[in-house]
Amino acid sequence: MVPEALFFSAVLFAIGVVGVLTRRNAIIIFMCVELMLNAVNLSFVAFSKLYGMTGQVFVIFVMSVAAAEAAVGLAIIISIFRHHETVDLKNINLLKG
Amino acid sequence: MTHYGLFFQFHFYLFGLIAVASALAFVTRQSPVAAALWLVNTMFCLSALFVMLDAQFLGAIQVLVYAGAIMVVFLFVVMLLNLGHPSEVADIKGLGTRLAAGAVGLAMLAEVAVLARQKLPPLLPDLPEGANVVTPVAGPLFREYLLPFEITSVLLLVAIIGAVVLAKRRA
Repeated sequence: MVPEALFFSAVLFAIGVVGVLTRRNAIIIFMCVELMLNAVNLSFVAFSKLYGMTGQVFVIFVMSVAAAEAAVGLAIIISIFRHHETVDLKNINLLKG
Repeated sequence: MTHYGLFFQFHFYLFGLIAVASALAFVTRQSPVAAALWLVNTMFCLSALFVMLDAQFLGAIQVLVYAGAIMVVFLFVVMLLNLGHPSEVADIKGLGTRLAAGAVGLAMLAEVAVLARQKLPPLLPDLPEGANVVTPVAGPLFREYLLPFEITSVLLLVAIIGAVVLAKRRA
């Protein structure tokens, strides 16, 4: 059971990485990050079958950090949208040389 | 459950495959709303996997926090900024970037395949039948990890204040 769970976790993480690299909509990129966090949570839960309950405790921490990150990140997206009238990352290039 | 029946294994693979398929559908949708709903589906399947891996409490929390709270916030922002129309954000990058991203994804999968050769230690013994499933999580959370747990509350407070300050309209 554990190797299969780790395999699914790896596949989901890779899909999240591909999404972050290929999409331009800031909100979708953000959701891809959430998918990656979820994949890591699955790994933690699977390893908690082998190494004890600490993995599940860490999942709780990851979830609370993800909630905080979603709140702040979406607030940042809203304030960027006020400035640029878009969430397309193509147009948000202030730091580009 | 040290001995997994065929029924159990079938459902484990079923939920895992649905999760992966939903994730694929999620990264390929144009419309943010459709993408968000596919992501919710992935999270529900992950919650089922958590329950099958004897993490029932986390399965419930996954549905409540991720599918229930975080995705609602995402959909709320999509609605607030009026981004629901796919034509407005035709946002998948060009072929070169897509190939590069696919290569990165395949490289990560290959890395995992190498790591999967490692020998895993044996499974820990299961909880006795009918045991409370929250107690084993609560033990370490409120003993060894009490300080990080309390700091989490400060983190959430800071996040709330930060979100309000950032999203507030300047007067």
